[in-house]
Amino acid sequence: MSRNLILGAALSSLVLLAALVSYIWTPYDHAALNIPAKLNPPGDGHWFGTDHFGRDMFSMIMVGARTSIAVALVAVGIGMALGVPLGLTAAAHKGSWLDEVIMRGNDLVFAFPSLVIAILITAVFGAGAINAIIAIGIFNIPVFARITRGAALSLWEREFILAARVAGKGAARISAEHILPNVANLLIVQGTIQFSLGILAEAGLSYVGLGAQPPTPSWGRMLADAQTMVSIAPHLALIPGLAIIVTVLGLNLLGDGLRDWLDPRIRVARA
Amino acid sequence: MSLLQIDTLSVAINGHPILDQVSLSIAPGQIVAVTGESGSGKSMTALAVMRLLPNGSVPQGEVRLNGQDLLALSETQMCGLRGAAVGMVFQEPMTALNPVKTIGDQVTETILIHKAMPPAQARARARDVLTRVGLPPDRFPLSRYPHELSGGQRQRVVIAMAIALRPKLLIADEPTTALDLTTQAQILQLLRDLVREYDMGLLMITHDLAVVADMADRIVVMRNGQVVETGETPHLLRHMKHPYTRMLFEASGHQVALPQPPPPRAMLEVSNVVRDYRLPRKGLFDRPGHHRAVDAVSFTLNRGERLGLVGESGCGKSTLTRAILGLEEVQGGQIQLDGQPVYTGHKPNLAVRRKMQVVFQDPFGSFNPRHRVARLITEPFHLLETPPTGAEKQDRIAEMLTAVGLSPDDAGKYIHEFSGGQRQRIAIARALIIRPELILFDEAVSALDVSVRAQILDVLAELCEAYDLTYLFISHDLSVVRTITDKVMVMQAGQIVEQGETERVFTDPQHPYTRNLIAAAPRLPEMRLA
Amino acid sequence: MMLRYTLKRLLSLVLSLAVASVVIFAVIEVAPGDPASFMLGVNAQADTLAALRAELGLDVSKVQRYFNWVSGMLIGDFGTSYTYRTPVSQMIADRLWVSLPLALYALTLSTLIAFPAGIYAAARRGQPGDLAVMGATQLGIAVPNFWFAMMLVLVFAINLRWFNAGGFAGWDNGLGVGLRSLTLPAVALALPQAAILARVMRSALLDILGEDFMRTARAKGLSRRQALWRHGIRNALIPVLTIIGLQFSFLLAGSIIIEQVFYLPGLGRLVFQAISARDLIVVESVVMLLVFAVITVNFLVDLAYAAVDPRLRSRT
Repeated sequence: MSRNLILGAALSSLVLLAALVSYIWTPYDHAALNIPAKLNPPGDGHWFGTDHFGRDMFSMIMVGARTSIAVALVAVGIGMALGVPLGLTAAAHKGSWLDEVIMRGNDLVFAFPSLVIAILITAVFGAGAINAIIAIGIFNIPVFARITRGAALSLWEREFILAARVAGKGAARISAEHILPNVANLLIVQGTIQFSLGILAEAGLSYVGLGAQPPTPSWGRMLADAQTMVSIAPHLALIPGLAIIVTVLGLNLLGDGLRDWLDPRIRVARA
Repeated sequence: MSLLQIDTLSVAINGHPILDQVSLSIAPGQIVAVTGESGSGKSMTALAVMRLLPNGSVPQGEVRLNGQDLLALSETQMCGLRGAAVGMVFQEPMTALNPVKTIGDQVTETILIHKAMPPAQARARARDVLTRVGLPPDRFPLSRYPHELSGGQRQRVVIAMAIALRPKLLIADEPTTALDLTTQAQILQLLRDLVREYDMGLLMITHDLAVVADMADRIVVMRNGQVVETGETPHLLRHMKHPYTRMLFEASGHQVALPQPPPPRAMLEVSNVVRDYRLPRKGLFDRPGHHRAVDAVSFTLNRGERLGLVGESGCGKSTLTRAILGLEEVQGGQIQLDGQPVYTGHKPNLAVRRKMQVVFQDPFGSFNPRHRVARLITEPFHLLETPPTGAEKQDRIAEMLTAVGLSPDDAGKYIHEFSGGQRQRIAIARALIIRPELILFDEAVSALDVSVRAQILDVLAELCEAYDLTYLFISHDLSVVRTITDKVMVMQAGQIVEQGETERVFTDPQHPYTRNLIAAAPRLPEMRLA
Repeated sequence: MMLRYTLKRLLSLVLSLAVASVVIFAVIEVAPGDPASFMLGVNAQADTLAALRAELGLDVSKVQRYFNWVSGMLIGDFGTSYTYRTPVSQMIADRLWVSLPLALYALTLSTLIAFPAGIYAAARRGQPGDLAVMGATQLGIAVPNFWFAMMLVLVFAINLRWFNAGGFAGWDNGLGVGLRSLTLPAVALALPQAAILARVMRSALLDILGEDFMRTARAKGLSRRQALWRHGIRNALIPVLTIIGLQFSFLLAGSIIIEQVFYLPGLGRLVFQAISARDLIVVESVVMLLVFAVITVNFLVDLAYAAVDPRLRSRT
């Protein structure tokens, strides 16, 4: 196991733990206002200080982790659930009209950056966490479709797939039995990366007011609230920012570590 | 005095010994062939001379070129020698050239990098050298890109780059392994001529003993990083002191005895089969073109007969194989097994599929790395209406593994635990497990070392005896086809140009293409084995 | 050959644009509420409403409206803003003078940082220099650009007072003044992108270093460095170009958020104002413009591939 993998797993589970624990315990009520104690710097009583309403930043960060993880995780789920079957189908029918339609559709979605999709959705349906999930999730579909198709195509050239065809197996069965297990590692690694990108995207959307709406706490909106006060209370901006960095860094390291860890085994199996 | 003198050269990569006390020498104008099976260290020896070993390699000993110890030179000094005093030709011409640079630029670069002459003159020299290797600029302008040339032509470009500065020593690492027989013969002739013309020393690395015997003045046989035997070619061929050398030559010309085929009764009937591929449209409004990969092919394979199919790459033999297996639909003609068509309507016919199996070339790519052997070899059970289960299934698995010379215990292992030869045995077990009437061997022994190949051929001969196999054996290797088949077909550009009894075709070929092919194949010398 | 390749790409560009315009129009069409009644409030007279609808071109069928919209765009007429009653094309053009230079500025910075960093790291694979660059890029990818922007403001505008904290000085006072007010936003956009690009450059180069033709080059007498420069970089450019193309579209869209941090009067602010005012024709047009930019950039990247890789030129 590499250092990347250990560090990445540690950071990621730290954030996950914070999110889970927040359901049963936070140091303070994350929504409780306490105007006299506003803008306290990190220190006694409040580890991460308080915001402009005197709310405990540590509790808000813990609860905010829930929002980030939930949005990013569901978005990755949407991307995988739709993208992987599309990619497998396109690869199984390479060169057919089906492949063409799926890949052109992918290109089309790629032409709408996730932020633009989010803007479109909010313009029509209004802002909210669900719409943020949909916006990020839609953008994940072509990512997974493309990576699945690419990996599957090279597998379809392999002789063990020909052997399965000679054994009378159809495209769907071969995709499920032979292709999917052999692209699973790749999908896990890509999933971690998309997860981290989802965290960043959710923060960005919340920052411009297109993500989770009050009173649901989110790291991005904490940053938006901090903007006007960054000169008098820098911790308001520093702490949510660091929370995002730690999470994304952790997930990226985890992804890299997983890739290195899973890859040699594949290589051994092939060599 | 010798041109190249390697003395007790040892190399370790990250602590693992790769070469052990290798010694050899080459005189000007001499061809020395280093041969051995995979892992023998023959390519490493070549790379050590070039000082292009992988990172983490530690060489010890001496490599003297004209008396100068190459291992003692600095990297900068080495750069001055590479390409100028020593040229190198590699195995894979398809990837050895930079795809985004013209062939003229790539040949000229050798000259310019050593500042041997001003650019205009270098360009002229590049033109001369390309002409010399058989690519005259009026037919192959210097502005061509590698992808516009065939494999043989690309190998000529690589050779031109290597000899542009008339090096004293040329190293060729499996220079013809990736090429077709007729191209191989031409490239070997070119190398031979160049050696004589320039009085170069040629260090040739090859696994092909027929090429070795044909080309070399001296032979060096290697195994596991050590030189096991070395000598002048005629002397070595006559005496072969080391048992490994003898085993290698024996295995290369390995003969098997097949049982007599039963009286002819038609089983597979292929009549007038045509397979067209659609080519991409040339223009937006053009009609798509066609490439006829298989052109009006007809033949009959009788029950219990072993039929060979030979031809060079791109001749259509793989396409024909796929059509017979029912993996692709044909555009014309009929393929029938026991009177039933392989394709009915636009669907492959399951009843026919059940009677056929296949063994592929690549022992590494033929198996899903995530499944165990038991699951791998029972995959064809999918074809059966009532596949065996429980103890019956286990018995079949055990029987098959034993039949191909493995142990029933191997059923629980993953494929990466086996060597290439063992994997090919497993592939045969998978093909046999449903007792098919017909097996197709698609280059099934081409990727194997000669000693392993000999063992697999023996397994096949034994299975012919035990299971009355009928097979179609597709290969580019004439010597293998000659021993393992009763009849043979020769394919060229999608057509069968000649077919008949194997021995008759080899001893008395009728078609000019067959004659060419047989003449181009390097032949092992008649061996006098004591 | 090259012409055929270009024509083929051009055709697919036009098709993508057509499909994208239908999708955008359809999505905006499902938006609940009638813009005219939104603008006039609930107490509007029926005849004033009808007059306004006619003025805004809302009184015809949907299909008719789609074709009016598309044909208008083809001649540069994006319609009239519901809120400001000014031509949308004029509003977009004004804002584009901020957003486009910002994206190009950021792309230039990111490429200038990423290429040397990626090449440096690849040439020193596994050595301390490589590890340092890789560590920095790992961090760079994890930093949200708008947060980085806030930190830049805190340090360089509020504490050091080298730059203004926000706003745009305009191009009328000279190129330098304009660029100066775009510098912090461009840096904020560029650094995380540079981190990604440097990693792509490095891994593309490392892939190329393992290719057979690199060994051929070394056998000719090229040093490791000469081989990398003469044979490696141009081949590595193919994957790198893809990422640069993707990044440009990301920068154009991503600048929407950065514009919020720096109060820049760009497309992003226009879009947010339009969303809150339900000025859907503006949203529709800006989104279409962004998609147009992305698809056009992809087209240019396809052409650039062909310039780099001769195999594409001859293949159709």
